[in-house]
Amino acid sequence: MKRAAGLLLVTALSLLLGGCEKMVTMFPTGDIALQQRNLILFSVGVMLLIIVPVIVLTVLFAYRYRWSNPNKVYDPTFDHSTKLELVIWSCPLLIIIALSVVTWTSTHLLDPFRPLDRIAPGKPVPVDAKPLNVQAVALDWKWLFIYPDLGIATVNELALPVDVPVRFAITSSDQFNTFYAPTLAGMIYAMPTMRSELNAVLNKPGESWGYSANYTGRGYSDMRFKLRGFEAADFDGWVAETRAAGGSLDQAKLIELIKPSEKDPAARFASADAGLFDRVLNRCVEPGKPCMVDVMRRDMERGGGDPNSHHMGAGMPSGREAEPLIGDRPKPALEKTPEEKGVGPNVTAPAHGH
Amino acid sequence: MTDAVSKTIFGRLGWESFPIHEPILLGTFAVVVLLGLVIVGATTYFRLWGYLWKEWFTSVDHKKIGIMYIILAIIMLLRGFADALMMRAQQAIAFGANEGYLNSHHYDQIFTAHGTIMIFFVAIPLVVGIVNFVMPLQIGARDVAFPFLNNLSFWLTVAGAILTMVSLFVGEFARTGWLSYAPLAGLAYSPDTGVDYYLWSLQIAGVGTTLSAINMVATVIKMRAPGMTMMKMPVFSWTALCSNVLAIAIFPALTAAFFLLMLDRYVGTAFFTNDLGGAPMMYWNMVWIWGHPEVYVLVLPAFGIYSEITSTFSGKRLFGYSSMVYATVVITILAYLVWLHHFFTMGAGPSVNSFFGIATMVISIPTGAKIFNWLFTMYRGNIRFELPMMWVVAFMITFVVGGMTGVLLAIPPADFVLHNSLFLVAHFHNTIIGGVVFGLFAAMVYWFPKAFGFKLDPFWGKVAFWGWVIGYWVAWTPIYVVGLMGTVRRVHHFDDPSLQPYFIVAAVGGVIILVGILGFVMSIVMGFVKREQLRDTTGDPWDGRTLEWSTSSPPPPYNFALTPVVHDLDAWYDMKARGYERPADGFRPIHMPRNTGAGVILAGLALVLGFAMVWYMWWLAALSFVGLLVVAVGHTFNFKRDFFIPAGDVAATEAKRRPLLGVGA
Repeated sequence: MKRAAGLLLVTALSLLLGGCEKMVTMFPTGDIALQQRNLILFSVGVMLLIIVPVIVLTVLFAYRYRWSNPNKVYDPTFDHSTKLELVIWSCPLLIIIALSVVTWTSTHLLDPFRPLDRIAPGKPVPVDAKPLNVQAVALDWKWLFIYPDLGIATVNELALPVDVPVRFAITSSDQFNTFYAPTLAGMIYAMPTMRSELNAVLNKPGESWGYSANYTGRGYSDMRFKLRGFEAADFDGWVAETRAAGGSLDQAKLIELIKPSEKDPAARFASADAGLFDRVLNRCVEPGKPCMVDVMRRDMERGGGDPNSHHMGAGMPSGREAEPLIGDRPKPALEKTPEEKGVGPNVTAPAHGH
Repeated sequence: MTDAVSKTIFGRLGWESFPIHEPILLGTFAVVVLLGLVIVGATTYFRLWGYLWKEWFTSVDHKKIGIMYIILAIIMLLRGFADALMMRAQQAIAFGANEGYLNSHHYDQIFTAHGTIMIFFVAIPLVVGIVNFVMPLQIGARDVAFPFLNNLSFWLTVAGAILTMVSLFVGEFARTGWLSYAPLAGLAYSPDTGVDYYLWSLQIAGVGTTLSAINMVATVIKMRAPGMTMMKMPVFSWTALCSNVLAIAIFPALTAAFFLLMLDRYVGTAFFTNDLGGAPMMYWNMVWIWGHPEVYVLVLPAFGIYSEITSTFSGKRLFGYSSMVYATVVITILAYLVWLHHFFTMGAGPSVNSFFGIATMVISIPTGAKIFNWLFTMYRGNIRFELPMMWVVAFMITFVVGGMTGVLLAIPPADFVLHNSLFLVAHFHNTIIGGVVFGLFAAMVYWFPKAFGFKLDPFWGKVAFWGWVIGYWVAWTPIYVVGLMGTVRRVHHFDDPSLQPYFIVAAVGGVIILVGILGFVMSIVMGFVKREQLRDTTGDPWDGRTLEWSTSSPPPPYNFALTPVVHDLDAWYDMKARGYERPADGFRPIHMPRNTGAGVILAGLALVLGFAMVWYMWWLAALSFVGLLVVAVGHTFNFKRDFFIPAGDVAATEAKRRPLLGVGA
């Protein structure tokens, strides 16, 4: 009931504002986003149970007890009522208890790391369904999507077959970014050295936009990707098309791709080397730079003592044994020679105008 | 002079650091210089320098320091709001082929400066200023616990504000967002002066805020008038106490986070870097451990303000006083337990997210109870709709909507859709404008006659009120809508033309708020012009209930000739009801703190230190740091710290004002 009322309200509001179809978060095409939408409407509905009376009472009391109204009860000593206090504290409490229960269950059920158990309302995931793996990498300032099962990759274009569970692995080359696909499943951070996961499914073919939702600097505004939903047959066609288009994503190409650039058009690669995602994740895209996972394993093996000990420093190699740093770290201010002090992007404001 | 020598002296400061190619900045600079010259000229012409220095800059009087805080905040509000209008204009036109008039280099600085200034140099100084002015009067004290510290806190805040403003014309401000998240704010991705300006401004101002919080807590705990037990203390003083307890606990977290980031940038440590084992996520946690309670640092005093005003203008005791106090304390404690809701989408796992989500929602229970308490204070009241009360009603209607969207965002799966979208931006403006700003305006209108002896001009006050209230709704409703359309924050250019109407409406809303701001400035100007008409001779222009209304407007330097004795929560109302008569004799000499210039000098040195560190002028940094130590230690040997106002002078002052002051109904 409440859900229906909430839906009615949102529809009325969006019609009023003329952006019905555009309100993608309210009219999503993916099942996860749909459940999130329903949750939003349900909780708004529940909260309106208390918000509307408060607003009405505010206006009513303000009007009725105004100075110029002679027909009112004025009781300057009325400052306590145990009954009213009970109502005052229990009404919000009840609403929050209801919402807390919903929060606990929905947070667990809609956890992005949790594999899907349905592809649409009433349609459980088929037993033989194989999820499609997609590795999403946030670069400065474009999105790289690698399809490890298919051996292809794209930039700023994410194609998905409908009604197939998709398992995203998400990381970032250097900034804290956010993978945001409002029509599909909301968002999750893409962070360097971290592997986020997102399980989602698209239910309708068609095109929409996905965004970068966490500010990452200069090219952030234009960092978005086209999300394209295909029926199964059409998706195979798209894959074939991509494979026919040529181009390959290897380590050298990835290094080139990682360099900051803005407003990159969508691009496709007919083949993508395996393991590139793990290289980004472990910060070892550049040749010769050791992967974090290897460094950590080495440290653990060489370190004295029990690696599980809580004692500070246990399991770590001593400083003298540690290998030299690989790659450049930025020279901190105090180490700069006078000649280097003037160097820096602050003195190179962008070209005047645009 | 060789290049190396000049760089040793001037660090990275050079001719190219001045934005002489930026017409907007150059124009602003010209206006600022012109205005500055006019002010300096006028001050010199009217020979006000000595007066300002002796009576204001070096003053340790909590009332004057409070007023100076508020003046600082209003000046910074104009700057922060100019940034807001520039963003609204950019977002209203930058669609498709039109890139707007700001590139990302400038736009990113503007939104960073807007957030930083509005929180650190508008909201905090306003709250601190009002607490500073009102709280000691309300608890019947003669000053705060540490008067010199109060002066120093103020000037450190000013130094931070000046350093932020300097970045407009010398170098750049940060392009990292108002919390300067790592790794973006690390040296690798932000090597220029922006983040250094940000860090030093906020560190210097942050020391001021922390010291001020310590001062206020000590004042409330130790300096209440006899008879004023904790449960007879006015709600505003309670909220001031809780707000400052929060501030004491959280500012060190921010200071530590900034300090570690500074080490990364200056010394090359790797606390928040991607490589070398740094943990940028730790920075996010630390700034939000400060950041979320900070919201309550600001909004709790606003809640106190609403309580005082509702009670006064409804002509009733506050409904549910003890439940109000407990609600405040509960909010204070819960405020520490919710910071992670700012990054649910980092994927901390469903149990962690649920915990923080539910903890966040639980805060809405005491907050809801407060709303009901104001509601039932109005119930069976006799409500006078003067301006402060109008702000309260506008607050109640606006704020509950912001509270609702806040609880919505506290549900992690809902946050997964709405986080970092413009819906979120609309939400926090809804609570900060509707909750904090409305309250601060209400407070300024309410306590202005106490500070200056005349009311603000009511016509322009209403212009300010309607401008803000209508402007808020026109500006932010469309932003909620575009947020639901999946539009993310901090974007300076859009492709989708169907969004444009919403941003145009939002820009119109921004202009309406501008009318509100100018209306407020006009209400001060016209209030001053018509001050004889608006004069308050009684000291109690609103028929108030708490102690600050028992003394004259403006109060004498010593606030109360004889320390009042409190028997009731609404102490002054109680005194009036029992036919209180002002004492005509029996005065004693009053022990007062003496003015000192040390605060101005220390803050000035801190400003130089910050500037030198931003530009890598190591010699100057070292020199100013040593200077800071010398002056600080030297000040401890200043034994001329206090004086007595002779009983005769007190008697004379009292004799002059006594006939004017009303004595209860």
